[in-house]
Amino acid sequence: MAAAAVDAVIVGFGWTGAIMAEALTAAGLNVLAFERGGWRNSSNNFAVTFDQDELRYFWRHHLFQNVAHSTLTFRNKPDQRALPMRHLGSFLPGAGVGGGGVHWNGQVWRFLPSDFAARSHNLERYGANAVNAAEMTIQDYPVTYAELEPYYDKFEYLCGVSGKAGNLGGSIQPGGNPFEGPRSREYPNPPLRMTYGPTLFAEAAKSLGYHPFPHPAANMSRPYTNPLGVQLAECTYCGFCEKFGCGNDSKSSPQTTILPVLMPRPNFALRTYCEVMKVELTRDRRHATGVSYIDENGVLSFQPANMVILSAFMPENVRLMLLSGIGPPYDPRTGKGTVGKNYSYQIVSSVNVFYDDKITNPFIGAGALGMMIDDFNGDNFDHKGKGFIGGGFLGALNTGARPIETHPVPDNTPKWGAGFKRAMADNYLKTVPIITHGAVMSHRTNYVDLDPTWRDVRGRPLLRMTFDFTDNEHRMSDFLTDKAAEIGRAMGGREIKVNKRSGSYDITPYQTTHTTGGAIIGSDPATSALNRYLQSWDVPNVFVPGANAFPQNAGYNPMGTVAALCYLSAEAIANQYVKSPGPLVHA
Amino acid sequence: MHDRLPAIALCIALATFVAACATAGYQQEAPAVPQGVLDPGGGAIGLPPANADDATADAAAWGRSADASAPPDASYQNSADPVARGQYLAVTGDCVSCHTNPGGQPFAGARPIRTPFGIIYSANITPDPVTGIGRWTEADFYRAMHKGVAHGGKNLYPVFPYTYFTRMSRPDVDAIWAYLLTLPPAYQVKPANKLPFPLNIRFILKLWNALFFRSGEFRPNPAMTAEWNRGAYLVWGPGHCGACHTPKNFLGADRNKRALQGGTLDNWVALDLTGDARGGLANWTGGDIVEYLRSGRNARAAASGSMQEVVYNSTSRMSDSDLAAIASYLKQLPPGRRRGTFKLPSEDALRAGAAIYADTCSACHGANGEGEPRYFPPLAGDAAVQAKDPTTIIRIILGGSRSIPTPARPTPAAMPAFDWKLDDSEVASVATYIRNSWGNGAPEVSRRHVAKLRRLVGHAAQTAQP
Repeated sequence: MAAAAVDAVIVGFGWTGAIMAEALTAAGLNVLAFERGGWRNSSNNFAVTFDQDELRYFWRHHLFQNVAHSTLTFRNKPDQRALPMRHLGSFLPGAGVGGGGVHWNGQVWRFLPSDFAARSHNLERYGANAVNAAEMTIQDYPVTYAELEPYYDKFEYLCGVSGKAGNLGGSIQPGGNPFEGPRSREYPNPPLRMTYGPTLFAEAAKSLGYHPFPHPAANMSRPYTNPLGVQLAECTYCGFCEKFGCGNDSKSSPQTTILPVLMPRPNFALRTYCEVMKVELTRDRRHATGVSYIDENGVLSFQPANMVILSAFMPENVRLMLLSGIGPPYDPRTGKGTVGKNYSYQIVSSVNVFYDDKITNPFIGAGALGMMIDDFNGDNFDHKGKGFIGGGFLGALNTGARPIETHPVPDNTPKWGAGFKRAMADNYLKTVPIITHGAVMSHRTNYVDLDPTWRDVRGRPLLRMTFDFTDNEHRMSDFLTDKAAEIGRAMGGREIKVNKRSGSYDITPYQTTHTTGGAIIGSDPATSALNRYLQSWDVPNVFVPGANAFPQNAGYNPMGTVAALCYLSAEAIANQYVKSPGPLVHA
Repeated sequence: MHDRLPAIALCIALATFVAACATAGYQQEAPAVPQGVLDPGGGAIGLPPANADDATADAAAWGRSADASAPPDASYQNSADPVARGQYLAVTGDCVSCHTNPGGQPFAGARPIRTPFGIIYSANITPDPVTGIGRWTEADFYRAMHKGVAHGGKNLYPVFPYTYFTRMSRPDVDAIWAYLLTLPPAYQVKPANKLPFPLNIRFILKLWNALFFRSGEFRPNPAMTAEWNRGAYLVWGPGHCGACHTPKNFLGADRNKRALQGGTLDNWVALDLTGDARGGLANWTGGDIVEYLRSGRNARAAASGSMQEVVYNSTSRMSDSDLAAIASYLKQLPPGRRRGTFKLPSEDALRAGAAIYADTCSACHGANGEGEPRYFPPLAGDAAVQAKDPTTIIRIILGGSRSIPTPARPTPAAMPAFDWKLDDSEVASVATYIRNSWGNGAPEVSRRHVAKLRRLVGHAAQTAQP
């Protein structure tokens, strides 16, 4: 018996899936969500009684995608042979209800207004060479910061972000980020209580004339009830956010902000352990008829739907488009085609400050607890003569110095043995890490496509990632690292250790889970896969929310912008698309 | 007849003992395990998914939309339409809770009700002519509610609280009847009760009624306000609060001298609803009571155990004026009999308990038991914590607890189970510490009490283990 058609199928039930499902069910649509992993929540899957288990969650990847089930292949350059990732490293995709929203840190940023005009802004200020160097393929967003502001605000209030506004309607606020775009109102919660290390950083940064401010955090500085009526508890600063679920319900996730009101809605259903194989299209590939999926018993079924929302993580979204034949695949030789284009990432580095006389207790932490400066992000400073565009924030971020993962030791320390152990014991409590978090521009040969050789457990081709840093990224990251070192030296410690990012991109050590692009938004179907409403130019009843939409990456964590774009899309679906299905933008 | 009572009583007492032994071994079946044949996440490392045994129940708790029947509009209370009014009254009586088997059709009954005497299955009260009340008359229904006698003259067990419903007015009972007739008929045969001899002989109920039951409709007290009288009617009539909150004698009848001073059922403690300073509602305002009944929690407490079901199906759906009436009535109840003094707990238990509390409880409940109001219940001053019978606090420590989500407070905040982490004496120590800190005071908890409850309810953990 054929399943009854639903108004919308959601593929992947993390942040964007939950945001879409909430918005569309509120608008009266029948929504069915598929999630390849299982049901998860704090009281069962990462309860306070066993949540702080570093071996299980960090080392053994308990909340992440199982690479034996599906992974991706990787190479730096198009002339190399790609090989499959057999252990997650550089980034950590989630699997299961809540997706990566369960194990993220809760760093909620807005991009700068100029980030949305990356090409035209830099072209105007620095000339054609700056935006065309090394086959850069950056593009403007088809939306502006001002258009997204209400949606940024909506997500920040959903999440109860703790922070301090730096720009309220154009008026610069003391204590906040003076470089940010204008906000319509203050953050819903005050900043987290600041620990010692970030405080030392802020003092030094200020003495050098920079503008430190508390990192905006989806970790609760006080108990919070969001506009949906869902409650979050106050953060205990246990230091187990990143790579962990929050046992205390004080980190925003779909579970702690949306699901309590979404799950009981009669026009919503969730099916776990169901993996969508592909989006089924009509013969002319202009219309999706539904999705085929494999359930937990291994049975392949077809679910008809009037609309398909691909809300999996970025690489899986792009792979599903390629597997389904939605849009023309990108060809790096000709630059033609759109799906797979402009894969991008971030470039990070760090500086450790070591003290003799200061106990910094770095284990007291929260995912987004820290003091940052934004003086060197985006185009907040003059790039003339620097040989790069873009930038990043930097600062002391105290996510919690978890013991297996964290062993800061000065230069010239032995790599193992008694000397290493002594250095660890001597320095663990007396260090402050400064991180830099840099943008990566898009380039012609950084892209994703279907691997010709390797397949997943279901027999489908894996996604192949081709990516490397260019001179633009290295110059920019070195510049940020020098600034971090300058502040580190001013913090008055015994010594600092500088950890630059050099050479080709290495996919094995953890860096950030901020993979972007591959199905980007734009104003021209020839150069983008999606329009400003995240709607496929080619198959208008398919919407693809996620960081896949970024034409290039900015120097910020992506989630705020991912959510803002998702809300913009959801509102357009509810208010315009449902009344008149079809392309929402006519190019 | 009176000279035969001692013999009957002895007989029943023996049967009670037998039944109690039988029910003690009763264990809930573990819910089905949703296992991915291929686990796309987590399974990379060969560990079972944490607490998979509870995942189904947990997801169900989040997604519960309860009875399929639409929650009534509180304005139905004063509707001219008896069906609407009856629907509202059925909510005030929480009929749906007992008369619905989890997963079954609402009001079709067959839910096993565990009593100290054995298991009694609830009746199908949909208008199905064969298995329901389709052949009943309005007068039959009134007789059942008013006298505890079913269609055909069979006596009903007082687990169906006709001892309270008898106080309801004829128009109210008729309105419920009118509403029940509009339900979709369900063919649902009532399973045979699991009661030992001689309790399985209905004739015995005539004796029970003669001893403990007086029928009669509620008569308002003209000296009190209309609000108070409405509250008294709800509490003593449809709401049947005393069915749980009044202690029972050895034959299961209310001990009326201690009305509403707290009882036990199904290994939960129902709180003292009088103005008792420790175990009762002395510190609650009327607003606190209304908020608790409306949302399942307030700044002082969160509903646990069977009260969650009452809040979910009944009080959260009642009108503001009725909740205010209940609060008005309860706030004017004098404190019950003064509690006797109790032996101060041992220093050892308090010292061990303080250390366990700091390690395992304080992150959520606060260093001083202050909690996070409406999320993590405060322990300082809490009535359930200080109840003379520590059953509830022990159960919650062992099995965890999940707050019932209501429209006003949709978050199903939960406390994890500690039964796998703390042994009997550790649970006893920390419970003793909580019951005797921050101004709290209650008797010491024994290791043996914990061991007994662990045996009885160990398989009914609400939330997970690693």
